[in-house]
This record gives sequence, C-alpha cells and structure tokens, in this order.
Amino acid sequence: MKMLSFAKRNTKEIIRDPLTLLFGLGFPIVLLLLLSAIQANVPVPLFEIAQLTPGITVFGLSFMTLFSATLIAKDRESALLQRLYTTPMTALDFILGYTLPIVPIAVAQSVACYAVAVAIGLEVTVNVFLAILFIVPISVLFIALGLLFGSILNDKQVGGICGALLTNLSAWLSGTWFDLELVGGVFKEIAYALPFVHAVELERAVLSGSFSDILPHFWWVLGYSVAALAVAVLLFLRQMKK
Amino acid sequence: MDAITIENLTKRYRDVTAVDNLSLSIREGELFSLLGVNGAGKTTTVKMLSCLTEPSEGDAYIFGKSIRKDTAEVRSLIALSPQETAVAPKLSVRENLELICGAHGFAKTKTVLKIKEISNLLGLESVIDRKTGKLSGGWQRRLSIAMALISEPKILFLDEPTLGLDVIARSELWELIRSLSGKVTIILTTHYMEEADALSDRVAIMRDGRLLVCDTVEKIKEKAGTDNFEQAFVRIVKEMKL
Repeated sequence: MKMLSFAKRNTKEIIRDPLTLLFGLGFPIVLLLLLSAIQANVPVPLFEIAQLTPGITVFGLSFMTLFSATLIAKDRESALLQRLYTTPMTALDFILGYTLPIVPIAVAQSVACYAVAVAIGLEVTVNVFLAILFIVPISVLFIALGLLFGSILNDKQVGGICGALLTNLSAWLSGTWFDLELVGGVFKEIAYALPFVHAVELERAVLSGSFSDILPHFWWVLGYSVAALAVAVLLFLRQMKK
Repeated sequence: MDAITIENLTKRYRDVTAVDNLSLSIREGELFSLLGVNGAGKTTTVKMLSCLTEPSEGDAYIFGKSIRKDTAEVRSLIALSPQETAVAPKLSVRENLELICGAHGFAKTKTVLKIKEISNLLGLESVIDRKTGKLSGGWQRRLSIAMALISEPKILFLDEPTLGLDVIARSELWELIRSLSGKVTIILTTHYMEEADALSDRVAIMRDGRLLVCDTVEKIKEKAGTDNFEQAFVRIVKEMKL
C-alpha cells in the first residue's frame, strides 16, 4: 500500500513531464527511421531492420536511467524525500516505488520501437513478442543505474552523466552503431566486459530465434542488473541515513 | 507529561560538533521554539529528533520511545515540515495529500475523510485540484504543513515555516500555527524573533551546538535585562559564556 502510493506518485511525475517523455520515447524511433533510410540507400548489414531494432530498443532504455535518476535527484533536492523518510515507509518501499513505475514505460517504449520496425519491414513473428518480454530484465539494469546515479548526483549532474555520458557510452559499447569487431582490441574487450552489448545481442538472439545464444548474454545482463541494483540499494540507504 | 526528553544529544560531522551535549524536555501540547544563528545546531537537532540523522552520542525519547532504538514507533508519532516546501510540484494539492496518507498506510476511506478535514482546517479547498508547482509560496507552505498534519502526528516539527513568505502569508500562517497550539506538540525553528515571541510557550537559544538558555520569552527578556526579545536574543548569543 505504502509502496503503491509512492509508485503512483512517481508514475504521475514522469508522465506529467511530456517533453522529456516524448523525447525519451520519440528519439529512438527517429533514429530507427533515419538509420533505416540510410540502409535503404547504402545497405549496411548492421542497419538491417532485424539487427538495428534490438540495438535501438536497448539504446532507448538509457532514457529510463535518465528518468529514474532525474526523479530521485530532484526529490532529494526538494526535500520531499526528507519528508517521506519521517513516515513509516521502508527502504524497500522507496526502491520498489522508484523502480516499478518505469518498467511499463520501458516496455511501452520497446513496443513503440518494434511497432515502427514492423511498419517498415520487420517480419512479425512470435519472437517479436518474446523480444519485448526480454526487455523487462534489461530495463531493470537501466533503472537500477538511474537509482544508483540519482542517489549520488544532483539534478544537473544527472543531466550530464546520465543524459550525455551514459547514453553515448552505452550506445558506443553496444555494437549498435558500428561493429565492435571492426574496432577490436581493448575497446572490444571493454565492451564485452560491460552489459550493453550483451543486452543488444540478447535481444538479437531472441528476435532471430537463436535460442541457444540467449543464455550466455542473459547471464551477463542478469548479473549486471543484480549488481547494479545491489549497489543502488546500498547508495540509496546511505543517502537515506545522511 | 513530557512529549520529548532529550538526554546529552550530540552530533559530530568529522571534526565539527553540530550539536553538543544537548539536554532538555518539551511538554505535551507545548509550542517550543529553537532559536540560534546559522550553524547553531537547530536543524541538526530537528533532524535527529525526527530520525533523519543518527546521533553520535546521547538519546532522545518521544513519548518514551528512543529515537535510536524505536525509529519505526517514533516515525508514527511525528511529522516534519522541512525548511524547503518539500511538495511534489507536478501533483495537485489533493494528490500530495493522498501521497502522505498512502505513505502512512491509510485506507481509502480514511484518506478521503482526512483530506476533507485537513483542507477545511487549512483553507485549501479553493486550490485542492490545482497543480502544486503553480501555487504561490504561501499556499505551498500551507500545503507543506497540511502534509505534515494529515497523519495526525503527536509531534510536529516546523523547520523555518515562514521563510521567504510575504507579510500577509506569514500572518496567516501564524494564525494557523496558533490554532494548533495545545492540540499537538510543535517544535519550531525560526530566524524571526518576532515569530518566536508571538507564538512560543517556551524558547531554547542555541549557539555552536550548545544550549544557552531555555525558558519563556518573558523570563529570557528579564534575564537579558531588556523589553525587546530581539535585543535579548542578541545579548544572550553574543555575551553569554558557557
């Protein structure tokens, strides 16, 4: 009940910021359309719709990090959290209350991406629905990163770190914009030590029906999600006690 | 009966002692003001009493419940209206009140009833469905106090409640605070001497984290040898040796 009440408030806060929401939901779609147009003129295997859509969908999730981090950072600055800390709400109520409302937004974003992809040529199979389903654990990773950054950064810093740095880093290291094999070396090793490329390859494996390729990537994503969530919880609890 | 008993309460931040060995008691229903210049330790004291920060030494008891050991019980007895307005700007006045009711685990029927009651008491009916971020500072302060009062606290902490308000809004808020006197124990921190003079049953003056004096306004004026409370405050803070 306490958590639901808080989650309801957080949903309203995000939905009532239409500019951010539209940008977060619309930007990945614009990119999808743009890169598909380039692909139509200059064919690049990486930008084929079945390869591109999973990458763009995962890239779109970096906006979920921005949403959750901004919300927490603003709450910390406005002292609303301070007020709520004096109520009987527990740490779990806060963490779930911040996390759960963003999952449906992440799913809605991936539904929008896949719907546009279908409209421009992606074949409709049951795998599309499975790919949308697998967005849920991936979205937890990005939301946890938001919880983590929102607990230590202020509103302006969140804009810089999550809005600029993380969105770019997660994109470069995901194998969506360019083939990591082409860069190779340390860059490729770093990319494969981080979860972003695994999230994209997980989605690609699900969409293409290569189910044997799912698990190795899934463990990476799940491991990072659990670790990010654990660190986020610790940092949130630390700032709660400050 | 004592609502709050403070015993040797101390808070240290690395090499700075924000509150130093504070001991005093506050009676049930009393309107008690904590005064002091910046850095005197007023807000830190309120934060410790409202379980927002843990004391380094000592303890305080809210109706017999320790702020160190019985935090859940203490939280169900208190409410805080922080220095900042601490409201959710994208929510309406009603939704802000619903959030606090939810945070306290009120059932839906009780929530509806409490919102009606509190908006009537604080004159919020005319703005009940307006977005909080669009309201004036005076209305936001009023809502902030309503959010603190709606949980039926036995102890209400008002941290600089009239900061930045115009004369009319301040006078209206004074009326409201006066109307609560006797019904709920109020701990008020303020920089405005006339506010403390007009509202308080008793006043504590702090400097460098230590208690200089704790008495009624009249007795403090007597001790300082002046009829003017502001002058009395200045004399005590500047001249009193510990």
